Amino acid sequence: MTIAVRNIAKYFGSFCAVDNVSFNVEKGELVALLGPSGSGKSTILRIIAGLETPDRGEVFITGRNVTELTAQQRKVGFVFQHYALFKHMTVEKNIAFGLEIQKRPRQEIAAKVSELINLVRLQGYEKHYPSQLSGGQRQRVALARTLATEPAVLLLDEPFGALDMKVRQNLAAWLKELHDKLHITSVFVTHDQSEAIEISDKIVIINRGRVEQMGDAHDVYEHPGSKFVASFIGQVNVIDASILDNRIMIKDTRHSIDNISDIPNGNDIVLLIRPEDITLEEKSGERCLPCVIKQIHYRGSFYELDLDIGGFIIKALENKNSFKREQWKQNQQAFMHVKHYKVFETEEGHNIIREQLRQLGYIE
Amino acid sequence: MKTNNPGRLLLIMLVVGWFAVLIMLPVYGIVQETVKSGLSLVVSSLNTPHARHAFLLTFWITIAAVIINTVFGIIIALVLVKQKFRGKLLIEGLLDLPFAVSPIVTGFMFIILFGPNGLIGSWFEGQGIKIIYALPGMIIATLFVTLPFVAREVMPVLREAGLEQEEAAYVLGASPWQAFWRVTLPSVKWGLIYGVTLTVARSIGEFGAVIVVSGNIINRTQTATLHIHQEFTDFNYAAAYSAALLLAILSFTLLITMQTLNRRTNES
Repeated sequence: MTIAVRNIAKYFGSFCAVDNVSFNVEKGELVALLGPSGSGKSTILRIIAGLETPDRGEVFITGRNVTELTAQQRKVGFVFQHYALFKHMTVEKNIAFGLEIQKRPRQEIAAKVSELINLVRLQGYEKHYPSQLSGGQRQRVALARTLATEPAVLLLDEPFGALDMKVRQNLAAWLKELHDKLHITSVFVTHDQSEAIEISDKIVIINRGRVEQMGDAHDVYEHPGSKFVASFIGQVNVIDASILDNRIMIKDTRHSIDNISDIPNGNDIVLLIRPEDITLEEKSGERCLPCVIKQIHYRGSFYELDLDIGGFIIKALENKNSFKREQWKQNQQAFMHVKHYKVFETEEGHNIIREQLRQLGYIE
Repeated sequence: MKTNNPGRLLLIMLVVGWFAVLIMLPVYGIVQETVKSGLSLVVSSLNTPHARHAFLLTFWITIAAVIINTVFGIIIALVLVKQKFRGKLLIEGLLDLPFAVSPIVTGFMFIILFGPNGLIGSWFEGQGIKIIYALPGMIIATLFVTLPFVAREVMPVLREAGLEQEEAAYVLGASPWQAFWRVTLPSVKWGLIYGVTLTVARSIGEFGAVIVVSGNIINRTQTATLHIHQEFTDFNYAAAYSAALLLAILSFTLLITMQTLNRRTNES
């Protein structure tokens, strides 16, 4: 009921999709493989399932080396992004497939199928074909079909990726609930950090085929180990700056903030600030930067602010209840108080980071 | 959108009219001519030994062509869709060759190859096996002209079905053989049925390639289409029309059956 991935690597031609990846999944854990598209996370999952062969490294399931086994022999559960339901079979037949392959007695199959239909709340849909179901229902059938054979581990490849927002959130919460009930060791792949934070016990962040960071959601969110992690987990403002007189000097301005790092004077850095760590103040104080309010957008439960410091536009999020909307006007001078921020040296140069963020859609 | 605009009506009428002129009128003509000769003459002309032999021969050739081309058509489709290899594009292009080459040219190609003095034919001749002017040659010629149907109909369905369903079968414990029978084959069922239908229709109706390789020997290598041709050139119009009508009815029934089957499964 555990998974161990040891130094696996996979090349597609000369492209290295997975580069020396190792991690463990403990018994009963729900682990998220989180990364941007093309980062290799799906390939890792497929290697665990035996749908891809690694060029190097080993996979252990419940302590047994399964690297040489085929997908058929590994007995893992795999849920595909696009469901991969058998289109010519009814819901019932889809769920029964794995059991029929195992040649279980007919009564046992019927009992198991109806149990699973109840579990995934699809009563009344037994005789429907996949084409007659909604996306969320199809994904539940796929899950039931996978659970039918009682796999030792469950692998889910972007399980909610093809669903719309609302269904996605419902299903994610439901999967979490289901996992808490069944305690099946699970790994799921996602590019959606909020999904990962919401439902996983542990997050493995994958970038360019490598593990960037591992830890629980709180860990990776509050203590990102690299610029990539900080920018990928949640939205983040990236500001060019340098260290001067042991303070962080925002580029092209005379505004500065305490240097919380031990980066020496004279070095160029980037300052990372999460939008929710900014509060707008009328008066300056500790850890405050002067700014100009450019836009105030109403976003339902919160306000999104565009703040200008020396030509940089910074995003800030203010809670609807604590933010005094009537107090602020466009183009008003104000101060942004920054509760937390992170500093990274720009050894790679700003442009690389910016390009990465641009690809992720965090900046334009 | 307006539902009753004259342009739409005109288009429908054009299609119906086109069908009437090109399909329904000729069929009506055959029916008319056959009926004119009277039912007893129709039955007796179809019940002659060489008419019976001709239809039976067409039946066996069709069965052989369907079985062989179904198996190979599926294999060709699987290989061309799922495998990557050098020269794949060339093979895919060659697959359409039987459509492009005139059946009579096909016939001559096989005579050159399999004839008594041909490259391969001479060897078989030495073994005492006749290919040209005999059943094997006729089957080979029919195989050639019907080669693309199953493969061409199955390929797009296979492509659309993708790999995921098979992968799902594998992780659920199915062997490649089980995945093929339970998942791949059922998912291409309609393409396959359509391909087989076209193969049957073409095998029944093939004339050009078969007349060249068969030698058209009555009671030996004369198929239904050759029989119709023979009766027609011998001025036995009643026999020719009767056989033609029977052949048309067979093909028509085949197509209608497939259409209804298709509609019924789509509705359920």
